[in-house]
Amino acid sequence: MAALKKFLLRWEAVLVLVLLLVNVFNTMSSPYYLSVTGLLDATRDFMDKSFIVFPMAMIILMGEIDISVGAAIALSSVIMGVAYNAGNGIPMVAAILLALLVGTICGLINGLLLTRFKELSPMIVTLSTMTIYRGIAYIILKDQAAGKFPSWFQEFGWGTVGPVPYVLIVFAILAVIFTIVLNKTKLGRRIYAIGSNRTASIFSGIKVDQIRILAYTLAGFMSGLTAIFLTSRMSSTRPNIGYMYELDIISMVVLGGISTSGGKGRLAGALISIFVIGYLKYGLGLNNISSQILMIVIGLLLIISVLTPNLVARFKRWSTVRKSHRQSMRST
Amino acid sequence: MKLTGIQKQKHGAIGAREIGMILFILLLSLLIQLRNSQYLTAENLNDLLVNAAIMGTLAVGMMMVIITGGIDLSIGATLALSGMSAALYVRGNETASPVLAVLIGIGIGLLAGLINGLLVGYGEVLPLIATLGMMNVYRGLTYIIANGAWVSAHQMNDGFKALAFNRFLGINSLVWVAILTFAIGAFFLGWTRIGRMIYAVGSNPEAARVTGVNVPAIRTLVYAIMGTITGLSGVLWVSKYASAQGDTAIGYEMNVIAACVLGGVSISGGSGKVFGVILGTVLLGILKNALPLLKISPFWQDALYGLIILFAILMNTIFKRMVDKNNLQRRHI
Repeated sequence: MAALKKFLLRWEAVLVLVLLLVNVFNTMSSPYYLSVTGLLDATRDFMDKSFIVFPMAMIILMGEIDISVGAAIALSSVIMGVAYNAGNGIPMVAAILLALLVGTICGLINGLLLTRFKELSPMIVTLSTMTIYRGIAYIILKDQAAGKFPSWFQEFGWGTVGPVPYVLIVFAILAVIFTIVLNKTKLGRRIYAIGSNRTASIFSGIKVDQIRILAYTLAGFMSGLTAIFLTSRMSSTRPNIGYMYELDIISMVVLGGISTSGGKGRLAGALISIFVIGYLKYGLGLNNISSQILMIVIGLLLIISVLTPNLVARFKRWSTVRKSHRQSMRST
Repeated sequence: MKLTGIQKQKHGAIGAREIGMILFILLLSLLIQLRNSQYLTAENLNDLLVNAAIMGTLAVGMMMVIITGGIDLSIGATLALSGMSAALYVRGNETASPVLAVLIGIGIGLLAGLINGLLVGYGEVLPLIATLGMMNVYRGLTYIIANGAWVSAHQMNDGFKALAFNRFLGINSLVWVAILTFAIGAFFLGWTRIGRMIYAVGSNPEAARVTGVNVPAIRTLVYAIMGTITGLSGVLWVSKYASAQGDTAIGYEMNVIAACVLGGVSISGGSGKVFGVILGTVLLGILKNALPLLKISPFWQDALYGLIILFAILMNTIFKRMVDKNNLQRRHI
């Protein structure tokens, strides 16, 4: 256990080092990079989607996955936009609450489907709900955009307290809450237990289904929250909003050292990797590197972060086998 | 020996599920025909088959991947990358050989599939994560090699464009490719050692390993086959639409997965039949073909596909639960 803890600590240390390297690289390659306001401003680009990192970390810790979050963002955002703009639309405050509600329902549906049909893998269920949610967004808005929001709505995406954007403050509050929940509460320990051994968890009386529904519903709720901030920043919405966000979010969690097989990893790592990926993208953007190369970088980052620990484990297995083989040779 | 329900389902060429699907397809066709008499014309049926052919070809590869318990989300991007590579070779080159274009596409597809396979088989990366990551890589590469540009019809020579329009015995070449893939796939999965190993890896990897199956190699193989088929399909796609773009076939993996799931390929691995996949492909092809005939907005298509997949997997689960329950009850007596 001590060795494991040491390794995890080391992984987070590696991430901090990577974050520093990214910043040094960016500072050297662009004179516009290093400034407090610039760095704080840049967080806007990735803070909204990082809300979903928290429930996604819970889901991946349980050994599951949710790839419908990008589509849930789109559906919440589109319904919010249309509800406000339609004929005699509803007030903006109601539209915002509606976005949260839609997101929550999207997540709840995933949770209910997965707990009622336990044989099904989360991957295929959320893959189909992903298509359905974004499909409904397309049915509602076709290839149109919905905008014309009241001017105060922009504050969500663009407002600041001093130099600090609102999104960053919301993120910090969520980070504190979720860190406490995952590390200090029964719920948090139970999530780890479910991820390391589901059958044992069921037999020790953990209400696995309830916790799974909760995690997926939270993912939906956070998608709704992301939709509000993202739509505010974009000032309009389209059915393709938040496309492929799930990739970024899963990458952030997995790069953070949370194992896709469940039960291992800590939220702190995921939180650092949000900034690693975010600032990497920002720096590459400042250097006029195309978004296609960004796509490739994120894809490779995701794979390397999963592949490395696997290869290390493989190497360790191989070397222990060799060592014991050698010892047995010597003793005979 | 009398076969129990589940054995029948696994070994019979045509089970209750397939008969049910055939009846459903006939019923659906009847309903569509009643609403629009344009449906059952030779021309429309030919269109339907040609349009469904590429999906069917891809579905055979996807089926093998799913049987091993995996998934390949990168095929839309691989299709675009191999199609674009072939198109770039053909672009503005009057003497470009269509055969070489096909080989380029297949080569690129094989390479992409092999990378996926090595990641999943030997790197032990979850198939979802590996192919989601590589999807981005391949899609990004497609934009980069084309410099963000399109290759359009007037830049392609007639020989290349004819690839997808040639007819042999009155049947379009795309349909021939699909038929051949179905036949080879059925033979490979049903009657060869490696084919049976693919099922073994999917139903119980640990047992397969103990019996001497090289599990990582089989996993790598299915992704490589998937990539090869995707590469071929990419060239045919570009030839058919006479256009290669960065966003070619974006999200197309969903259609292919839908065809498999609808055809009764179990997403948890270990079971699935080529005949089921054919029916799944035809059913999706009919739906796609019928939407405009029934004057339903094309924007409904994605949501409908998603609902159909969800419905199919839920029905599969419920059906399987009933069979299991039945078998248990029989054992008590």
